Amino acid sequence: MNAAVHWVRANLFSSWPSALATLVIFWLAWKLVPPFVDWALISAVWRAPDSGACREAEGACWAFIGEKHRFMLFGTYPFEQHWRPAVATAVLVFLWIFSSFKRFWNWWLSAIWTAGLASIAVLMWGGVFGLAYVENERWGGLILTLILASFGMALAFPLSIVLALGRRSRLPVVHAACVAYIELIRGVPLISVLFMASVMLPLFMPEGMTIDKLLRAQLALILFAAAYLAEVVRGGLQAIPHHQYEASEALGLSYAQRIVHVILPQALRLSIPPLVNTFIGLFKDTSLVLIIGLFDLLSTIKISLQDPKWAGFGIEAYLFASAVYFAFCYAMSRYSRGLEQGAPERVLRGS
Amino acid sequence: MKRGWFYQAALLAAAGLVLWFFISNTQHNLETRKIASGFGFLWREAGFEIGETGAIAFGAADSYLRALGVGLWNTFRVAAVGVVLATILGTLVGLARLSPNWLLSRIAAGYVETIRNVPLLVQLFFWYAIISENLPDPAEALQPLAGVFLSNRGIAFPTPWSTPALSGFNFVGGAVLSPEFAALLVGLVMYTAAFIGEIVRAGILSVGRGQVDAAHSMGLTRRAALRFVVLPQALRLIVPPLTSQYLNLAKNSSLAVAIGYPDLVSIANTAMNQTGQAIEGVAIIMAVFLSISLSISAFMNWYNRRVALKGLRR
Repeated sequence: MNAAVHWVRANLFSSWPSALATLVIFWLAWKLVPPFVDWALISAVWRAPDSGACREAEGACWAFIGEKHRFMLFGTYPFEQHWRPAVATAVLVFLWIFSSFKRFWNWWLSAIWTAGLASIAVLMWGGVFGLAYVENERWGGLILTLILASFGMALAFPLSIVLALGRRSRLPVVHAACVAYIELIRGVPLISVLFMASVMLPLFMPEGMTIDKLLRAQLALILFAAAYLAEVVRGGLQAIPHHQYEASEALGLSYAQRIVHVILPQALRLSIPPLVNTFIGLFKDTSLVLIIGLFDLLSTIKISLQDPKWAGFGIEAYLFASAVYFAFCYAMSRYSRGLEQGAPERVLRGS
Repeated sequence: MKRGWFYQAALLAAAGLVLWFFISNTQHNLETRKIASGFGFLWREAGFEIGETGAIAFGAADSYLRALGVGLWNTFRVAAVGVVLATILGTLVGLARLSPNWLLSRIAAGYVETIRNVPLLVQLFFWYAIISENLPDPAEALQPLAGVFLSNRGIAFPTPWSTPALSGFNFVGGAVLSPEFAALLVGLVMYTAAFIGEIVRAGILSVGRGQVDAAHSMGLTRRAALRFVVLPQALRLIVPPLTSQYLNLAKNSSLAVAIGYPDLVSIANTAMNQTGQAIEGVAIIMAVFLSISLSISAFMNWYNRRVALKGLRR
């Protein structure tokens, strides 16, 4: 009891301004929390055959989410085939969890990723092993968000290594080209790169050759993410002490050998925490493909609101969207913070 | 070194080839679609109305150039107000996180954690839904402070020279923020403030405890210690990442296109759809944002030199 009183004194009423702040917070909580709990839980409609019950109720209409959740999560993918995007989602989540263990950070991780991404492509497209073919115009919902983010990251990563090495190159043309690319992309909003891919790219192609919309958006995300990732990798490269370069040179290793066997294994391990943060950014940024007309998670949720029967439940819909995005991003940011708190030497040793 | 020059020549040749491939395809495609390339379309009649024109008068008979000017002004308006408000809110959040008051610091931490882990676009849709669907009609507008009215027509608030009053179905007098502007501004400010809060916090934490103790033992008050000892040192760490947050805010204002605020990107998008001048449209967007980015960096670099350690100026 004494300890509790002591804690309250020290942490809530340590000074007059602090006491005042505490009282204001209590007052605000008194004013705001009960109505919110009433709206979100007590008066909320959880199940309803149609929106009528929701329109009469005072509280939130969670029945809307229940009614539309299949469309929100899977978009227009054929209904009886929904297990395929569901399994693909599970595979992707497994890949990410698997990659989060330090003991798996080595070169064959990329082999596992290649196999994983290939199996997702087979699952989603089908056309083999008795799976019906589903054209990618019908892909949508959570899996599209996850695919855009994961393929974006996986394919931007090798490109970003090349860009980062190029930026540190002593060859003036290579250096200038990489700097120009990185700074140009980082200086413009993602939406302009997406516009470029969606409206300009078709003009660049020979007549009759078309790249579909999903692929174009994916390409834009890769090119965009690569510029940001390149700066992260460059940070890792710069953190490698100079004697590592000198020692590997003294051993008579060629440039490629030095980079592949000595520098990159250390630099990439060092860049993993900021890399996770870049990935969180990319994951959030995939929501912008809505603007060029792809059906990612946010887009399917927004389209659900256009059903006149269920229009007007925007708050519920976007709270649901926030919850899904938050679940993924929060898990990743906790993970990245855990890595940052570990000593860099431990990260380097991979223990 | 000779091999180096060979690689570079090969790189240049490859880039040239790809460029030539794109350009020749583009020329061919534009010919078959009968689109005249170049910026001549800018002087043609736009033929669309803009909901919110700010200080520039605009009608459907005006040119695309003028429409883009209105868009640029709208982008500038929301970014300028946003940067100021985000800095203030962000500083408050950063200070709240360091507050000895447990409740205050937990609430600030929860705010930062929530806002940073949800895409800005979701937040913009959320605020827009609240304003346009859930706020009452102007006749029953909420009045959180005397003279400030919240309704589904946006936010009306008094200025030094006039106060808003309900007339018919809308407000006259005072200043009115449209629902689109208000949603975009609230979204951008709250999102950026969460990042700025973390930067401010890290900056202040970087100033050693000894500095504060020394200031106090010299008889400086808490406020004076903060103003003359902590802040000047913290600013050195705060300014560079703050610059990139300002840049992010300016770039993120382009999400306006998704909620229908007529910023530069959304007007350029309309112009591209109407004229088919995709290359010119994207080029204009990129050129404008590159210049905004470069000007903000130049200004912040100048400011950074002012707050940097004198001996370490480079």
